[in-house]
Formats: sequence, C-alpha cells, structure tokens
Amino acid sequence: MSEQNTNLSEFIPDVPEHNGFTKVVLELGVANHPGVMSHICGLFARRAFNVEGILCMPVGTGETSRIWLLIFEDERLSKMIKQVEKLEDVLYVNQHAGEHPVFGRLDEFFQ
Amino acid sequence: MYQMTGADLIVKLLERQGINTIAGVPGGAALPMYDALSKSEQIHHVLCRHEQGAGFIAQGMARVSGRPEVCLASSGPGATNLITAIADAKLDSIPMIALTGQVPLSMIGTDAFQEVDTYGLTIPITKHNFLVRSAKELLTAVPSAFRIAMSDRPGPVLIDVPKDVQNQMVSFEEFPDVVVPDAAPSFDIAAIEEAARMIESAERPVLYLGGGVIHSGAAHMAVTLAEQASLPTTMTLMALGAMPMDHPLSLGMLGMHGARYTNYVLEEADLLICVGARFDDRAIGKTAEFCPNAKIIHIDIDRSELHKVKNAHVAIAGDVGQVLSELLPRVKPQLRKRWLSHVESLKGRFPLAMPGVDNPRSPYGLIHAVANCLDDNAIITSDVGQHQMWVAQAYPFRRSRQWLNSGGLGTMGFGFPAAIGAALAAPDRTVVCFSGDGSLKMNIQEMATAAQENVNVKIVLMNNQSLGLVHQQQNLFYGKRIMASRYERPTDFLKIADGFGMRAVDLDPAPNPRVTLAEALNTPGPCLIHATIDPNEFVYPMVPPGAANSEMIG
Repeated sequence: MSEQNTNLSEFIPDVPEHNGFTKVVLELGVANHPGVMSHICGLFARRAFNVEGILCMPVGTGETSRIWLLIFEDERLSKMIKQVEKLEDVLYVNQHAGEHPVFGRLDEFFQ
Repeated sequence: MYQMTGADLIVKLLERQGINTIAGVPGGAALPMYDALSKSEQIHHVLCRHEQGAGFIAQGMARVSGRPEVCLASSGPGATNLITAIADAKLDSIPMIALTGQVPLSMIGTDAFQEVDTYGLTIPITKHNFLVRSAKELLTAVPSAFRIAMSDRPGPVLIDVPKDVQNQMVSFEEFPDVVVPDAAPSFDIAAIEEAARMIESAERPVLYLGGGVIHSGAAHMAVTLAEQASLPTTMTLMALGAMPMDHPLSLGMLGMHGARYTNYVLEEADLLICVGARFDDRAIGKTAEFCPNAKIIHIDIDRSELHKVKNAHVAIAGDVGQVLSELLPRVKPQLRKRWLSHVESLKGRFPLAMPGVDNPRSPYGLIHAVANCLDDNAIITSDVGQHQMWVAQAYPFRRSRQWLNSGGLGTMGFGFPAAIGAALAAPDRTVVCFSGDGSLKMNIQEMATAAQENVNVKIVLMNNQSLGLVHQQQNLFYGKRIMASRYERPTDFLKIADGFGMRAVDLDPAPNPRVTLAEALNTPGPCLIHATIDPNEFVYPMVPPGAANSEMIG
C-alpha cells in the first residue's frame, strides 16, 4: 500500500520533548566482535531514544564484552529493553538505577 | 580431516542443510562461490535477471516450504539490489538466507570497486547478519544463520563473505551438525488457564489470527479452538487461509479493506484473542478505538510484540501451536447462540459488497472466474495495490500457505518472482500471480527467468494503466488532484511477454473470457493473462489512514 499512516503516534508514542529526568543505567552482556555496537546503537537511534552515555570494554578472555548505557527513562523503556534482548549478540540486559557509580566515576574526564 | 576453500565449504554446508535451489545473480566478488556451485550436483541455481527478483524467488520458496531458502548476489549493487527483498522478509517474518560476495578483507573500507557496507546496510532489516572474516568462521556462521532464520519468530539472515575468504583454504575435522530450530520458549500454564477462564466467561469473544498461525503450522488448532468455543474468527492479510473463507465462523479479513460487518463485530467484542498477530495499523486502524470494550489475550512467540501496541490482559510468549495445544483441552465447548446469531445478522446487514462479481471483465468477477478454474491446491500470490486487496477480500482461500503476499513492507514487484519461487518449491501446483500494471513492471524482467525455468506460473494482470491505490487515495483524500498516478502512455504487455519468450493471452478481445481464461490456466508453463479493468473501480470499504475502523468509506 502506498500511503503512510498519518497517525503513527497512536502506537509509537511521540518522542517526549523532555525525556524526563529519571536516569537509568542498562548493563548489557554482549558477544565481542565488530558490529555489535552498531546493532545496539541503531535500535536506540531509530526510535530517537536518547543515549546519554556509552561505555564498552571486553570482559575476561575477550569472548564477551559489557556495555553500559546511561539513558533517560521514558514510557518506552520496557519495550526498548525487549527489543535489545532480541538481538542475537545480546546475552543479557540488567537495569540499574541512574545513581549506579559506573558513570559517576567518569565525571573527571568530562570536565 | 577435510580441506577445501571457503566457497566450497559454503556450498557443502548449504547442501547439508537440504538446500536444492538457489536464486541469484553472479558478479566479481561472488565468482568463487559460483565456481563452487558449478561442482554441486545437488543445488540447482536459478539465474535471475535482477537481484531483487532473486530475493523474492527465495522468499516464494520459503513461504511455500516454511524453511529457510537462499538467494545469492555479488557485492555493491548486487547487495543493494537485494535489500528490498530482505526488508520484505523481515517484516513478514520469512526465513531466508541472503549470501553476498564482498570485496577482499584488505580492501574493505577503501571504496574499492563495487564495495558497499552490506553489513551496515542490512543491520536494521535482518534478524541477524554476519561479515565473515575467515573461512574457518563459516563453520559456525552458516549453521548459525540457518538456526537463527528458522528459530522463534523466523526472519532473514545475511552472510557477507569477502572474496579472499571464499578463496581461503580451511581444514577441519568434522562438518558441523545440520541445524534444526531452537526449542520454542516455555510458557506459564497459569496464564493458559486464565485465558481459558476468560474465553469461558466472555459473551462476545472474537478470535484474531495472524501470520504466526501459518508460520507455526497451527491453523487446524486455531480452527478447532474457534469451533470448540464458538468464536467468530477474523484473519489478518498474512493469515488468510488459516480458516477457510467459507467456514461459518469466518469473518474474513479485518482492517482497512475488511468487510463492514467484520469491523463492526470487532467493535462489539468483549474479548479479543489475538494469536500470532501484531496489531498492525492497517489491521486495527486507530489504536485507541480498536476493540474499545474488549479484554485482550495475546499469544505470540516474540515477547517484544506483547503489550507493544495494545496492552494485553493475558500475554503468553510462546509458539502458537504449543500454546494452543495446551489451551484447547482447557476450553469448554460452548454454543454462544446469541452472539453468533448477532454476528450473522451484522453479516446480513453489512456484507462485503462485490459489485460485478458475475462479470469476468470486472475485478471481483475476474478473481472469481480464476478461482472457479482452480482447486485448493493452487497457490495464489499477489503484488501490492488494489488487485491485492480485491483478491484478499474475494478469493476463497481455504488452506495455509495457499496465499503469498507482501503484507508488512507492501512491496510492488513482489508477486511475480515470489510466484516463480513458489512454483520451484511446489512444481506440481499451479501458481497464479494476481498483479497490476504498476507492480508487474517493477520486476517484469523475471519473465525471462520464468520462461527459462518453464515454471507453471500464470500472471493475471489487472491493467488499469495506473497506480490504482494511489489514484484511489488521490481521488478520495486529495481533492481528486491526480498526480503521477496515471500512466499516460499504454504499455503493450503482450509484446513484452512475447519478447521474453513467455506465452500471453488477452481477455479483452476474447468473445468468452471465461473459456480463454480456463484454457490459459490449464495449459502448463508460464503465461501472462491480460485483462483491462476500469481505473475508476475503487477498493471498498476503506478506512482512511489514521481513522478508526468504524469510520469506513464505501
């Protein structure tokens, strides 16, 4: 069919003008190979879901990596997490409160 | 101990996975794979005239067989030409493996000749994708691709293989095991029991079936559920055939071009049992006003579909067939005479109007005339547009995988190559592709492929010399300002078919079009059946985009 639904906002909520002020930290275990970051970031970018901070380092022998994402919570978060969990290279997703220290300790590098 | 090139290994792994037919177009970066294919006694390569045709031929095979099928292209333009067919497979959850050649590893990122970032381009349109960096990796990448494509919610997987990886020698002890689908996720029996209680206590329940019912092979169980609990049953475009259209409980297709009574029945429902469907906007219209009074039971293998568009009161993440087999023994038989007789009265008052159904020179009449020449063994494909909606409304589909069409992406140009693929996968069946003159032109080059393969494919071309659905919407919603939807210059499709070596018949001058049609459909081999239709025939009813399903026009 040719015509775009003009009322997509009905089921894809509008991107909130202010994403709210509650920060959330997501911890992702992922397979470590080139391309994994673009799979994950692409999901967030497509939905204009603002990612405030990204950290990624290999874990242990380097078979897997851990990605930390700092995001502003909005009502799409639970749907977003389910989409991330579907990615083949994502092994697990844990949700933490925004006060998780992983990003706080980095402040001095962003002065 | 085995030793071979990466390309030979790819072909061996495909053979072990049971692949007998590959659709593709060769090119520089795919030549080692083509050389390996030349040595295969098992795999028949279908040379397509455009990579998009190859992608849809693979899809047609997969939609009929239900298992992953393979298309093959070279790097750069070969890969970009595949993209539409891959995206189409993603949106309709079709298992497909796309193999692409790539420039040698050392040249990746240098803007080499025919280099494009195939991996990056296909991230959002595949279920998963691979850029293989050594021949050894093929031992895991190829089986993984098959496993991913067919497990859980099926989908397309792309494997991009640089030319030097295809040529690289690899040694290994054992071939990897032939892969089978992963076990479906386990689900909570308590939720099934709750669903059974909700079905029992509902007064006006409706069963809403989607393409997941077809993928899961669960159509017979869905019909049994409907019969046991007396559930009026509607189907999405992707699920047509799951319940026979002439079944007394069938409400036909819902949504934008569903019958009035179907959408009215849904509006009155107090319970909606959604099985393997995803509340697509074309099916449900304005979300807030869809089934406004209904509680929802949602069964889907993809957890991320649950609560995505509509919140479900009971959500079950599991294989539709497995869930239904647990649900069936828990659902008490009921007659629901009152609800069913009310549904019957709505059906009587607001039926699907099919003007011209007795005239084979009108859209509905032509569709019925075709159906009258065929039995349920035939496979029907369609392109995208008015003809697709008319066929979806009017064709008497009676079994799963009888109806192949591009539902999610809505790709014009899908129908004909998909029909070729269907005929390759099921050579004993007649395959009919309903098309329009706009859609057919988008992959018309595959007439050469159809003639070459001598597949039993009939194109029924409804020619209105326009982009009919665009034309319709401009008439209805854009003040009749017709812009770029009429083809000023007619195309002689009969000559085109002839030029490609395909038989063609024209129903327009035929004194008895039914006889000419029957003769064409019953003669084996590819054939174009041309019929002019009136460009001012519109598809009705129609829910305006963005409106509620109760706001139908026509």
